[in-house]
Amino acid sequence: MRPTFDPFVLPFVIGTTFVLMYCFIGMIRIIWQLPKKDRRKFGLSLITPKTLWKNIKDLFGDCLFHVKIWKRKPLIGYMHSAIAFGWFMIIIVGHFETVAFSPLRGVEMPFMQKLMSNLYLPIFFRYFAIEGLTLKAQIFSFLMDFFLLMIISGIVIAVVKKKRPRKVGMKRVTKFGIKEDLVRIALWTIFPLRFLAESSVAGFAGGSFLTKFLGFDLLFGGNYNETLSMVLWWLYSIDLAIFMFVLPFTRYMHIPAEALLILLRNAGLKTTAPRKGYALAEIYSCPSCGLCIDVCPMSEYKNDYKKTAVYFMRNIRRKNKREVRKMTEICLMCGKCVEVCPLGIESLNIKMAQRANISYRMKSDFGYLERLRDYETTSQQVIVSKSKSKSESESKSESKIVYFAGCMSHLTPKITRSMVKIFEEAKENYEFLDKNGSICCGRPMMLTGKVNEAKSLIEKNTELIKSSGAKRLVLSCPICYKVFKEEYHLEGIEILHHTQYINELIENDKIHVDRSDKRYVYHDPCELGRAFKVYDEPRNIIDNIGLLTRGKSDKDMSVCCGGSIGSITMTIEERDEITTNSIKDLMHNNPEEIVTACPLCQKTFARKSPIAVKDIAEIVVENLEDE
Amino acid sequence: MIDFGFSISKSSHIQMDDVDLKLFNKLETLCPDIKTCMACGLCTATCTAGNFTDVSFRQIILMLQRGKEKEALQKVKKCMMCGKCLLVCSRGINTRNILLSITRIYNEAQNI
Amino acid sequence: MKEHIVLIIGAGPAGLETAYQLKNLGLTPVVIERNDKIGGHLAQWDRLFPSSEEAEQLLERLKGQTKDIEIRLNSRITNIEREGDSFHVTLSNNRTYDADAIVLCTGFDLFKAEKKQEYGYGIYNNVITNAELERYFKTHHDERINEPKRIGFVHCVGSRDVKVNNTYCSKVCCATALKQACEIKDEFPDADVYCFYMDLRMFGKGYEDLYLKAQKDFDIKCVRGRVCEVSENIEGKLVIKAEDTLLGTPMKMTLDLLVLMCGMEKADGVDKIQKMLSINSNSDGFIENKDTFTGMNLTRERGVFVAGACTSPKTLPDTLAEARAAAMEVYRYLNS
Repeated sequence: MRPTFDPFVLPFVIGTTFVLMYCFIGMIRIIWQLPKKDRRKFGLSLITPKTLWKNIKDLFGDCLFHVKIWKRKPLIGYMHSAIAFGWFMIIIVGHFETVAFSPLRGVEMPFMQKLMSNLYLPIFFRYFAIEGLTLKAQIFSFLMDFFLLMIISGIVIAVVKKKRPRKVGMKRVTKFGIKEDLVRIALWTIFPLRFLAESSVAGFAGGSFLTKFLGFDLLFGGNYNETLSMVLWWLYSIDLAIFMFVLPFTRYMHIPAEALLILLRNAGLKTTAPRKGYALAEIYSCPSCGLCIDVCPMSEYKNDYKKTAVYFMRNIRRKNKREVRKMTEICLMCGKCVEVCPLGIESLNIKMAQRANISYRMKSDFGYLERLRDYETTSQQVIVSKSKSKSESESKSESKIVYFAGCMSHLTPKITRSMVKIFEEAKENYEFLDKNGSICCGRPMMLTGKVNEAKSLIEKNTELIKSSGAKRLVLSCPICYKVFKEEYHLEGIEILHHTQYINELIENDKIHVDRSDKRYVYHDPCELGRAFKVYDEPRNIIDNIGLLTRGKSDKDMSVCCGGSIGSITMTIEERDEITTNSIKDLMHNNPEEIVTACPLCQKTFARKSPIAVKDIAEIVVENLEDE
Repeated sequence: MIDFGFSISKSSHIQMDDVDLKLFNKLETLCPDIKTCMACGLCTATCTAGNFTDVSFRQIILMLQRGKEKEALQKVKKCMMCGKCLLVCSRGINTRNILLSITRIYNEAQNI
Repeated sequence: MKEHIVLIIGAGPAGLETAYQLKNLGLTPVVIERNDKIGGHLAQWDRLFPSSEEAEQLLERLKGQTKDIEIRLNSRITNIEREGDSFHVTLSNNRTYDADAIVLCTGFDLFKAEKKQEYGYGIYNNVITNAELERYFKTHHDERINEPKRIGFVHCVGSRDVKVNNTYCSKVCCATALKQACEIKDEFPDADVYCFYMDLRMFGKGYEDLYLKAQKDFDIKCVRGRVCEVSENIEGKLVIKAEDTLLGTPMKMTLDLLVLMCGMEKADGVDKIQKMLSINSNSDGFIENKDTFTGMNLTRERGVFVAGACTSPKTLPDTLAEARAAAMEVYRYLNS
């Protein structure tokens, strides 16, 4: 008969109790911080079967199997799932094992000890129980050894990742302080210690290929040494305790936080405050894995990668206001970090909330826009120009397509001219709404965090566009496109970017293009690609015109041109570096021309590119079939 | 008495001796690129809001340097932040950042 | 005395003048020119500021001086190998030379105006460059110039502009613009001519007189402000936007003709030659010389000299003076 209790379990029990309490309180706090509406939504989601199923699927897929990392970096994916899933299985199988062989069945003990035993028995099972050699016992011990081996293999990769990141496909990894180092060492040693402790007793307590044969027979030479064994069990328990006590204050908080984040996300919640509720769940969920480091275009500038999302999240967690502010304002908002984040943390939303929180102590004054109400009648403020001179009422009733080029497109007359040519070629009834300029779409204002100011621009524009009688709105600028899609309420008006519109014209045989064997590469503008997944339309157009080559990275991994107005503080030198790197990426397969679909990208690339940079509308017009 | 539309007590000159450039110097430290403006007027000419009203980045900077802070801040309020000036500036000045910094520095000072 | 062969790359004003001076000093210059005729940009120009002398007259003088000198047209440098103090140079037609010194007189290219898309060169019919206007003055033929009533000149196109990576002043455009403005006013006396400048850099002998003449005799209107955008109105006329910075007000103007004063850039293909000779570029992208004062004709490589606009934008008098100085440097180098 083995003992039912030993003091060595105490560090573990206290540590685990602490961490469970901490997480519970933290969870209550986060839910409490949610806006009332969101809290109700969250509550409802927990009893809706559909979300319930999704929750289970995601908890397994994301927390345990890390499916998203597998897709990008298989080795790192294996590392994470080996540790997470292996550990999870050890706990689960350990519980089953405890139930199956309960060494305490029928044993009378004080209530507190009984309560505690539920915690420590499955973890230190081998110390308290002797399984014997039944098939059932062998299956259990095989499973336990198998998962232990799985975890240890994951840890081996983790050690390699730390020492030689390139070996596992990463250029740069996150740097950590002493606290994080301590907890990492604690985590890495838990399982080797468990292996040693279990091996030391495997001679009589049972074990399988790992603990029995490799551990007990080979390592310990088949001898049981009670003192050594006790030391190992104590070390194992203390190590667990250290991990549990430090966990809430380190990146490993992501283990419990991620589960909550998945539930909140599946309830359809979004960040509303810069450091509360949903945002806080995201902040604690960041595992500092650093997958966002290599993809961030800013990392390329003087190899300074401490502005990337992982550092942003860390600083926000530490309430390091000055750094948070700096990182918030310099970010290009290209969204690549969100795209690769295995936890789906929407750090851009947090940055937007942070920006809204920065007080610029200024009220905008757009009073002058009021005068634009009767823009069509005042001769001095003609901002709407008709493509053909018609009486106003006539054009209003007929006009189906309204073209809104946007501020930036006025600096790229090739784009606007090409669009006019395309409209005419397709014999469309169109109106060039902002031929002589118009007001800004509101997105740049939004990006500075001034949502209310942006709203007043949006309202005015809505009014102008609605009064044009448009059925479809074609935009040339992805910056406009994003805000039109997300913030405008233009019921009954279809919003299209010109890539989508031109693709439709080609597919419907409304315009015809000739095909050559010129080699093009397409650059996905952030606010068209990652934001709306408009990947196929432009590629389809280019397929009709010439040979589409690929850059080193494209679609969701497309590199920002560097010109983004998402950044508030970035200097031209830093931007130039990003532009040069992005061009290098595009030149990967020796294209003859770079094609993009954003006036800002076009102008930014044109400054530094060794080859021609054109908008997709331009190459369409260049290759229109002769009649 | 005949009103000539002016009085002798107040000069219409900018009294540079009385201009306090403390805030402007602070702005300059924060956004050193502000010093590189060569007053070519591109920002004003291209300005989206400037199509409708009297907002001019270049003038805002000059006004601040000459102590006309109130007028400058009135102009800043009309900016739509569209970033066209950032795109055209031939000295690569980060116009949007400067405008936001102006509102922050000068309005903070006013509040105190 | 041993025959010293000096290879001069470029048969523009700098190259021709250097060759002439070297010949006078008793050396043997050989001029390599990639085009099919000599004279460089000078051969494309009609008249020269500030005196309005005909470019052809100067070119004839330079040609006359270099009658007996070997000039290889349609030749590009394909390889240069250095052996001690001698350069083994191979040309595109496989001709080879063993030169004792090399003088780079590769000059400049005019900024490609289509790079400034907002000015609409190559998009709108009535936007032309300074070089095209010179050609018009020479030939009096250009379909785009058709009795214009209002003409605009944009200074600093491709100069003093970080957005086209050229932060330097091209030095000659201000004077050229006023010269051309006077000439076109002469051609079309009824036209209104506007010059959009940032700073009028009229720094040499006779330049300020040219400015005065432009104002007084030709009624050229100078507006201090850079043109930001050019568009076309319904009638197909150009509409430009700029700020009148002296008044502090943005302005719009309809024009019949817009002339872009394209600045200077390093000539295309010089990079290759620099690589062969391992000579760096300066911060403006031109060839780096040893120093600005006493070593302006020298490079960091022994036996390699520079003259003219290949090191930075220069006026013709500057270029010719540099050419003479370069010849002296070569002479001193070969006789020491």
